[in-house]
Amino acid sequence: MSGFEELVVAFGFPFMRRAAAAGTLIAIMCALLGVFVVQRRLSFLGDGLAHAAFGGMGIGAFVIVSTGLLAQGGALLRNPLWVAVPFALLTGLGIAWVRDRTELSSDTAIGVFFAVSVALGVLFFSRIHPDTNIGVNVMDLLFGSILAVRNTELLIIGGVALVAIAFLWVRWGALAYATFDDELARTDGVRSRLLEYQLFGLAAVVITVSATVVGIILMAAYLVIPAAAARLWARSMASMTAFALCIGTSTTLLGVAGSYLFDLPTGSAIILTQALVFVLAAFTQRR
Amino acid sequence: MSMPARAAAPVPVVHVHHVGVRFGDAQVLDDVSFDLDAGHFLAIVGPNGAGKSTLIKVALGLITPQRGHAALFGRDAGDVPDQIGYVPQLKTFDRTFPATAVELVVTGLRRSWPARPTRQERERAVEALAQVGAEGLAGRVLARLSGGELQRVYLARALAREPALVLLDEPATGVDYLAEHDLYDLLERYQARSGGTIAMVTHDLAAARYHASRVLVLNRRVFGFGLPADVLCDACLQEAYGHVGHTHVPHTHAHGARR
Repeated sequence: MSGFEELVVAFGFPFMRRAAAAGTLIAIMCALLGVFVVQRRLSFLGDGLAHAAFGGMGIGAFVIVSTGLLAQGGALLRNPLWVAVPFALLTGLGIAWVRDRTELSSDTAIGVFFAVSVALGVLFFSRIHPDTNIGVNVMDLLFGSILAVRNTELLIIGGVALVAIAFLWVRWGALAYATFDDELARTDGVRSRLLEYQLFGLAAVVITVSATVVGIILMAAYLVIPAAAARLWARSMASMTAFALCIGTSTTLLGVAGSYLFDLPTGSAIILTQALVFVLAAFTQRR
Repeated sequence: MSMPARAAAPVPVVHVHHVGVRFGDAQVLDDVSFDLDAGHFLAIVGPNGAGKSTLIKVALGLITPQRGHAALFGRDAGDVPDQIGYVPQLKTFDRTFPATAVELVVTGLRRSWPARPTRQERERAVEALAQVGAEGLAGRVLARLSGGELQRVYLARALAREPALVLLDEPATGVDYLAEHDLYDLLERYQARSGGTIAMVTHDLAAARYHASRVLVLNRRVFGFGLPADVLCDACLQEAYGHVGHTHVPHTHAHGARR
């Protein structure tokens, strides 16, 4: 059987189709967010908020177990995401607040929240009895398990993607203007401070939902590599966004397909495909 | 019998009323007041840290003063954005941002970053660039432009919306003599063409004397406001700067000062 035929068979499996769909939606959200993250020199934000997701998932898992929801709750209530998303949202807004109201730099603010979130995650996961099946594997959380995406998670990712894409579509011009020159944008009525809080809040939600699928450790790559490679080819913010979308989605599909064909870990295959494109962009960049 | 109607006093283009700004413990502006009428070219001069840029930002509504208020055309700056063209210090923008000159000029028309400028926007932007002799820069990437070229693009952006007031924050910083000369030439042509008003922060006292019709000498508070010849005197500058030294302003100029 040729490689192409193998792939046709592979994408006949529902788990492969769910993986491709989830990966593509995450790639679109991360590419759209990533161009602003990279241009605002916030690459560490992906790591920070992904680790906030770890803290939130730990708290969520503890709450579900200790309140009995694990045994009695519905599918959504048994998913620690309902605690992790608001926790990460608060973390994102907290980072934005520290940037806005103190003289600390972004990486310092992110570093503080990053460390606290990991500590909280470890603390709350340690309070759960090892034999309790909470539906969340800490190793999967760290390194991702995109092939194990369930319909519930795909629905959640789809819902978040709808909101994120709509917001970024509508506010793209204002966000790009404020990213270029915050002061100039404000003279033209752009409410850049509010926009920054919205951007951090949205990034927190997108990253939390995505990190549970692609893994906390690999999450930052999704956000940064396609946008960074796109920057090397782009002459305008619009073309950077378009390149980032193409790179993010194509490398995701190639990574999922490659991982099946060559029996590789899917998350690693996607990130390494992105890295190959980045190397190509670095050697062929437009000056 | 009705009373004869009194002619209403014209609203000043820039109205600054007892403005006080404090950043932490530092008093940056203290009881600053002045009015600038239409058609004038105001130079705001003063030593480093005098609050010149802060004053421009108060006028633009970027900084809210703790005391007093500022108005442009009798209203908050945010209410009249189409009447204001702003040229910020060149150092404020991100040089790694992927953008072409024409896109930056279109922000002056659209007040948002264009994903894809329309044909009409592009034509108007190129026209604005041509006004400042920079039509050849339209497709160039901003990061590759020199200080003088960038300054022209920013000026084209400010003039594209045909503003009644142009505010400039140290526009000649980091550009060479010829580019600086061209800038003042362009500003004077703008005034001659549109009768607009200009307010410019500058460190160049000679340029203030030669090009401005009004000068504000500032060092946290107002040390002088009026005609260049009256305000840029050694005694006034001595008081504002602490010493005059090499900042001494030439009183004679090949073309004479403006009135």
